[in-house]
Formats: sequence, structure tokens, C-alpha cells
Amino acid sequence: MLDGILGKKLGMTRLFDPAGTAVPVTVIEAGPCFVVQKKTTKREGYEALQLGFERRRLEKQTKPLQGHFSKQGLKSGFRFLREFRLESTENFEVGQELDVSQFAIGDKVNITGVSKGKGFAGVIKRWGFKRGPETHGSMSHRAPGSIGASAYPSRVFKGQKLPGHLGNVRVTVKSLEVIDVRPESNLLIVKGAVPGARNGLLLIKKV
Amino acid sequence: MERIDLLEKEQMRLDLPDFRPGDTVEVHVRIVEGDKERIQIFKGMVLRKRGSNTGASFTVRKISYGVGVERTFPLHSPSIDSIKVLSRGRVRRGRLYYFRDRYGKAARVKEKRVG
Repeated sequence: MLDGILGKKLGMTRLFDPAGTAVPVTVIEAGPCFVVQKKTTKREGYEALQLGFERRRLEKQTKPLQGHFSKQGLKSGFRFLREFRLESTENFEVGQELDVSQFAIGDKVNITGVSKGKGFAGVIKRWGFKRGPETHGSMSHRAPGSIGASAYPSRVFKGQKLPGHLGNVRVTVKSLEVIDVRPESNLLIVKGAVPGARNGLLLIKKV
Repeated sequence: MERIDLLEKEQMRLDLPDFRPGDTVEVHVRIVEGDKERIQIFKGMVLRKRGSNTGASFTVRKISYGVGVERTFPLHSPSIDSIKVLSRGRVRRGRLYYFRDRYGKAARVKEKRVG
């Protein structure tokens, strides 16, 4: 069985568990996904399933994608296509529907998404450096401090933490607990935060 | 967002009575000790209500053996058994923090005439 699905982040809230404790949760619209292509060791050199998420009309797709979908015998296209590696694709068929019911309450999942972009950030925001004094003649307010002395090593070491672009990278949050599964409305509810903004694409894999 | 609102609605306590800051209430709280469950009553004046949906909470203040005690409850928590409104207070603020500086006669609230 494939232990993964594609989803869309809907947002966060808090819910009460049976013991009455408030739990911070993220609500994810997970699936339904459809198998678009089977990749096999024989043809591609590895076993994987290409899943499609969020139907789009075929004529709205680019010509190359139209060809890809119709070659597999599909009537509609998809907005998102992502691959999931697995041991064997034997038990799957192109067009097969995968939904959120593969998950159960209490499962642990890894969730991958693209984090919110923060633009060009300084070392305090990006690396958690301490700030300098605000007053008393201080001029090193949010500066990184020394990044390399003059006599030795007389250069800046590779990997030195410096200002630069923060966020907008692929991030995986591991071992989030599944709090609730709603197959009838395609909702997956996990404990804690997941990367990215609302409506961002998420890859959900069972641990 | 509507889908999250719907999800929260399921857990919200719509059975609780309507009360406002200034009201005197009795909060019946379920307390689990080992495998036994009992109900504890916290009686005092509502100092504030805040938040919306499942995140809403309210604070109750009482004077216990001469010491002011405030307790904040999640409004929709399943551990709240019931809330009884004992009297409606006539106040002109939404947040009654000024009661923290008052004691004795000054810390009284006039009853609101209902009806």
C-alpha cells in the first residue's frame, strides 16, 4: 500500500481532545488523488507512482501535459503532479483513486511543503543571533559582529552564518500525530504546524 | 476558512448560558482524580470574555479568604460541566480589570434590572 497523499493546507485552529486538553491542529484538505503514471524499474529504473491532485480541464493544460494525460487514458488533467517512491507499483492502476482513509487516528506522518518566504533577512531573524545594545553609543544594533579576524584566519570561513534569503524552501516536518480523519470531506487533521501558507501544496507520508 | 469554522462548530458548547462581564456566575468544573470524577464549583464575578470559536475563554474573579483569586477557563472546554448565572451586573466596561484594585464595599456591582 502507498502510504502517502497530496494535500492543501487549509489553516490552523485548536480543538479539544477527549480528556479536555486543547490541542493546536492544522487542517489539511488531503486528496482525493489519482494515479497518473506508474514508473517501473523496467522502464524508468525505479518504482514510483505519479499522483495528480486538484482536477483541471484537459483543454486548460499545456500541450505537453495534455499529451501526458491523454497518453495514460485520463479524461481530465490535474493542477499538481508529484511522485511517490515505493517498493512495487504492481497493485496500482492508472486512474485509481487514493483518499485520506488510508490514514488512521494516532498515525504519525511526515509533511513536506514550501515554507513562507521571508525575503532578505538579517542574522537575527535568519539565524537567531543576539542583538547588540540599543543605546550607550552602540553602533552594532542588529549587526552580526566579527565574521573573521584580520591576522588569523584573515578570511571568512565557508558556511559562516550571514544575512540572505530566508524561507521559500522545501521543508519537512517529521512525526506529526494524526488527530482526526474525515474521509467524507477529505480532511486530515494533524497536531502542530506544517510548512507554508494557506492553500499551499503538501506532501503527506506515513512514517 | 469556512470549513475550519464548521469543524470548530462541532466542538463548541452552545448549551452554556449567555453571560457577560460583571455577571456573577458559578462554574461547575469536572475534575478527574485518578479514576474518580467530581465537580468543583468556582463562584465569582466575570472579569472578561475574549476570543472566538474554540479559542474563546473567560476569566472569573473571587475573593477567597481575603485573597483575590482569578481563574481563566476555555469557554468551550469539555471539562466545564455547567455554568450558572447568579446575577447580572450593571457595568460600563468590557474588561473589568479595575476590580483588582478594589476591595470591600468598593468592589460591589450594581445588579442589572432585567426585563
